[in-house]
Amino acid sequence: MKLRVLYFARLRERLGCAEETLDCAGSTVADLVAQLQARGGVWAEELAADRAYRVAVNQDIVALDAALSENAEVAIFPPVTGG
Amino acid sequence: MKIVVQNAAFELGAEVDAMRRGRSDIGAIASFVGLARDMNDGSGVAAMTLEHYPGMTEKALAALVEEAQSRWTLLDVTLIHRVGRLLPGDPIVLVAVAGSHRGEAFAACEFIMDYLKTRAPFWKKEETPEGERWVEARASDDAAAMRWGKTD
Repeated sequence: MKLRVLYFARLRERLGCAEETLDCAGSTVADLVAQLQARGGVWAEELAADRAYRVAVNQDIVALDAALSENAEVAIFPPVTGG
Repeated sequence: MKIVVQNAAFELGAEVDAMRRGRSDIGAIASFVGLARDMNDGSGVAAMTLEHYPGMTEKALAALVEEAQSRWTLLDVTLIHRVGRLLPGDPIVLVAVAGSHRGEAFAACEFIMDYLKTRAPFWKKEETPEGERWVEARASDDAAAMRWGKTD
């Protein structure tokens, strides 16, 4: 399915990507993360299971097993540090 | 109710005045102002830049306030968070909560800040003598949010 994926803060800089549209073969957030990890290099490193990052689908923070839907807006970002 | 994400500075007195104006049912206003410091993790900080996720930020802040309103009887809430480049001493965030009595105002004010720290999509990047660095999330912030109990 087609997804719009956004990256923020340190992850945006490390991955060298602020936003992309991609076709995801799977149906969950975990599937998308696995697809991104498979790009290797910095993608595999930053999205490794032991790294802290958060995922939001349509602007709500979700768990890795959350379902994706066609044209969803997915954001991947480091733990937040506002306030 | 006022929830704003802005570049411009804010003034606590003006916000509290706006909250009280024309009403006499408010018995207590508790407020919090977070400021940019000149030192963090052993390094001098010359400036910081706050990035956010436009769209989600406003939604997350509204959800925090809604959650506070479901827990306490509140008469009004003002929540302002700045983004962009800030200098040491600059105000970053303001929370003001009006209630009939101090108990709910104090509690809701602290609750909103604790939840904001772990749920609102803001990120700080500091300028230090060693170069730029992203601020890391603190476990103590997760612990502070946890003590209010799980909501999801």
